Amino acid sequence: MMPPSPPGGVRVPFGIPPAQTDAASPADPNGHTVPVASSAGAHPSADHPAKENREVTPEELRAAIDEVLARLDRDLVGLVPVKSRVRDIASLLVVDRLRRAQGLSADPPSLHMSFTGNPGTGKTTVALRMAEILHRLGYSRKGHLVVATRDDLVGQYIGHTAPKTKDVLKRAMGGVLFIDEAYYLYRPENERDYGAEAIEILLQVMEDNRDDLVVILAGYADRMERFFASNPGIKSRIAHHIDFPDYTPDELMQIADLMLEKMMYRFSPAAREAFARYLQRRMRQPHFANARSVRNALDRMRLRQATRLTAQPGTPSREELMMIEAADVLASRVFTTSPTDVEAT
Amino acid sequence: MHLTQGTFSYLPPLSDDEIAAQIRYALDRSWAVSIEYTDDPHPRNVYWEMWGLPMFDLKDPAAVLQELNRCRAEHGDCYIRINAYDRSKGRQTTALSFIVNRPLVEPGFRVERTEFADRQVKYTLHAYATDKPAGQRYGPAGS
Amino acid sequence: MPLIVDDDLAPERSRWASGVIPYKEMGYWQPDYQPKETDILCAFRITPQEGVEPEEAAAAVAGESSTATWTVVWTDRLTSYEDYQAKAFRVLPVPGTPNQYMAYIAYDLDLFEEGSIANLASSIIGNVFGFKALKALRLEDMRIPPHYAKTFQGPAHGIVMEREILNKFGRPLLGATTKPKLGLSARNYGRVVYEALRGGLDFVKDDENINSQPFMRWRDRFLYCMEAVTKAMAETGEIKGHYMNVTAADMESIYERADFAKQLGSVIIMIDLTVGFSALQSMARWARRNGVLLHLHRAGHATFTRQKTHGVSFRVLAKWCRLIGVDHLHAGTVVGKLEGDPNAIAGYYDTLRLNRVPANPVHGLLFDQDWASLPAVMPVASGGIHAAQMPELLHYLGEDVVLQFGGGTIGHPMGIAAGATANRVAVEAMIQARNEGRDVLREGPEILARAARWCPPLRQAIDLWKDISFNYASTDTPDVVATPSF
Repeated sequence: MMPPSPPGGVRVPFGIPPAQTDAASPADPNGHTVPVASSAGAHPSADHPAKENREVTPEELRAAIDEVLARLDRDLVGLVPVKSRVRDIASLLVVDRLRRAQGLSADPPSLHMSFTGNPGTGKTTVALRMAEILHRLGYSRKGHLVVATRDDLVGQYIGHTAPKTKDVLKRAMGGVLFIDEAYYLYRPENERDYGAEAIEILLQVMEDNRDDLVVILAGYADRMERFFASNPGIKSRIAHHIDFPDYTPDELMQIADLMLEKMMYRFSPAAREAFARYLQRRMRQPHFANARSVRNALDRMRLRQATRLTAQPGTPSREELMMIEAADVLASRVFTTSPTDVEAT
Repeated sequence: MHLTQGTFSYLPPLSDDEIAAQIRYALDRSWAVSIEYTDDPHPRNVYWEMWGLPMFDLKDPAAVLQELNRCRAEHGDCYIRINAYDRSKGRQTTALSFIVNRPLVEPGFRVERTEFADRQVKYTLHAYATDKPAGQRYGPAGS
Repeated sequence: MPLIVDDDLAPERSRWASGVIPYKEMGYWQPDYQPKETDILCAFRITPQEGVEPEEAAAAVAGESSTATWTVVWTDRLTSYEDYQAKAFRVLPVPGTPNQYMAYIAYDLDLFEEGSIANLASSIIGNVFGFKALKALRLEDMRIPPHYAKTFQGPAHGIVMEREILNKFGRPLLGATTKPKLGLSARNYGRVVYEALRGGLDFVKDDENINSQPFMRWRDRFLYCMEAVTKAMAETGEIKGHYMNVTAADMESIYERADFAKQLGSVIIMIDLTVGFSALQSMARWARRNGVLLHLHRAGHATFTRQKTHGVSFRVLAKWCRLIGVDHLHAGTVVGKLEGDPNAIAGYYDTLRLNRVPANPVHGLLFDQDWASLPAVMPVASGGIHAAQMPELLHYLGEDVVLQFGGGTIGHPMGIAAGATANRVAVEAMIQARNEGRDVLREGPEILARAARWCPPLRQAIDLWKDISFNYASTDTPDVVATPSF
């Protein structure tokens, strides 16, 4: 009764997959891997990637990339060297596709990357946009980003690590796996550490499943360097390194202004001047985390503003409700403690 | 005989691309996908062996196909099925289940009839495969 | 006994004055009434006699279906009548149909015995349908509050459990009614069952009027059918079933037949609507207690569901059947030979399958219905359907449905088994294509044609029946103009 198998489904070599429309998933409260859906702007395409089977023109490719890069520009202040590296990679991929369309290329390009830099320099945001670029160009089928740390990959006892790592890898398939502080996977001081097992599985997948997922390893530059030195297998599979510099004080001020604007607050002129001084002191203190520290500082200033407003008699005006005053800034411990003190308040 | 359990048993065997398309349909609906295999195809054998746990939160079928290929490598002489499970309230059951691998020879079933009073017959279905012990039922390993 | 009435309470006195007073003035018309969440709500289509104003007609329906009689009785005053009176609280003209109105009436929960469809029916449709002040009356829809729904058993197993029992997921189930429906001997009858099941159907079915006639007694039928079912299971490795019709003259015989079917190992039995609501409820209990699925054939329903102005709509009957607790209910095909407007049928299917059914006047659903986790009933589509219609059937009916191809299986030129295979290949090919993201309705014929290339039985079925359709206007269609919902 059963006839022979029909020919397999047709894989479309060059269709622009549709932009993801689902909103970013909320963070997992347990702090485990957080699948972050990339939310791209509307892009004309079919519901179903397989339906689009025409050749895509270079103009369309370029337009898709420009849109993502433009959003990267809007989302992130400064970071000029990073953005130009992202543009380089995107251009490389566009050209690779055009070359492949002409039958000029042999191997698909290796896409695994490392993002090095201090905390708060925009690595995760850039990873999100990178996932989207890869998706738009057809190097990633889904374009989602799965963020993982050592805790998500490495188990506590024998036999625990492999399933954990494989589970994360499976969820990342079709998208991008972002491993933050990747060097914690490797703990040479403990020879029975299970991290080595995770690294081994990771290596295997980076080699065997290059069509299925892109791995981005991220962390402090110096530690990543040491990590790569002791894990040459990993290093050899990373095709692109992007270094994320610290923000300059001016850029941090711009970031603060942007963040306040989004929250519908603003600095009084005196507060702005005070915050510039705050930044100078804070940057010299330990645990400075760039944009993240700015965000934390602003949150504390909003708290102080609220305390101040509720203590004063009468209903505060709209103007007062929006304004961060110098006093809200100057009450920070940054101004009273020596620069060597641990984490400012 | 040709075992016709599962959603697509009357179609020609699904290619890997066609299997991936069905898995994609399941993942798009946030159904958990699992792989099960058995050497005892009795229609009331509910609990096939699980090839690992059900896979939750996947985005892409590649991960399932990878597991399927591993399962095929180890149990290529068994029936293997892919299940998709819908946990939504009011359903909480299998939403899709189809066979993706069969033994080369499917010996089928025998009807055993026990006759007693008033022309009544007690029926039992007996899988020929289970005449052999588990692990030796299909393929060269057992013969 | 003289009434002691305060003179200041003139309206009160007139309410209790002896004689005949309009229902409206007796409290059955309360336009300001806010229905309670525990109330049972009904929507009646009323066609008043000339000269009867619609509000009065609505109040009369409320009265006659609850506490009223034709005259004032003082004994009302021994009761908390305000609670027991049904309240007509809204009357809306039906757009485009002169002299028809939709009357919304609320009934207090206490008016009904727990878990009794017989009582619910006697109350709401007991007397009032013969009421002279109305030319015609139709119960269009009901809202059963969870408070009342929870007093019923509900489907013995439900769709989820049925699929788990049968080990069949992700596609419509397939069935067929044995034909000819009358006259076959038990041994020949079993042959039809065997061929259809081994060819690929999941179920075969007795027809509603196959009970225990001179040409075939029930016990013989059951024995031969079970041989057929078991042989087909051995050939396919799949669970198969035959709906053994246990309908009989009295409950003793019904139980006897059901018990025998169970003892033989049948996964399913069937019963006809003609046995009555209480017998159905008894069988629903029996089915749950004995782990046997219960198929209901809606024999006779069209005598009261079909005409648009008078009777009880099928959507109300469908609600009652879900409460009664059957596992299967025939609910229309859209494309087949029996009455069925696509919108109305979509409403029936939602009523049977969803847990919360939102009001949707376009589908004839006038109320939100919350089933409070009562299991779902598997709808059955039967009557004049064939494999070539699979795209439409899947599009309109979805996958939780039993598609029954009686003529469409047994009438196949290559034989019954080939007919069954054609249907099974068609449904699997359509489901596969749908899951791959293809447009079932638009691309359906092409998908079937492609499968027919390697499946000769399907090719023949399509060639033979592709032009058969039953395009008659339905008599029972929703009034598409939206009416308010509560």
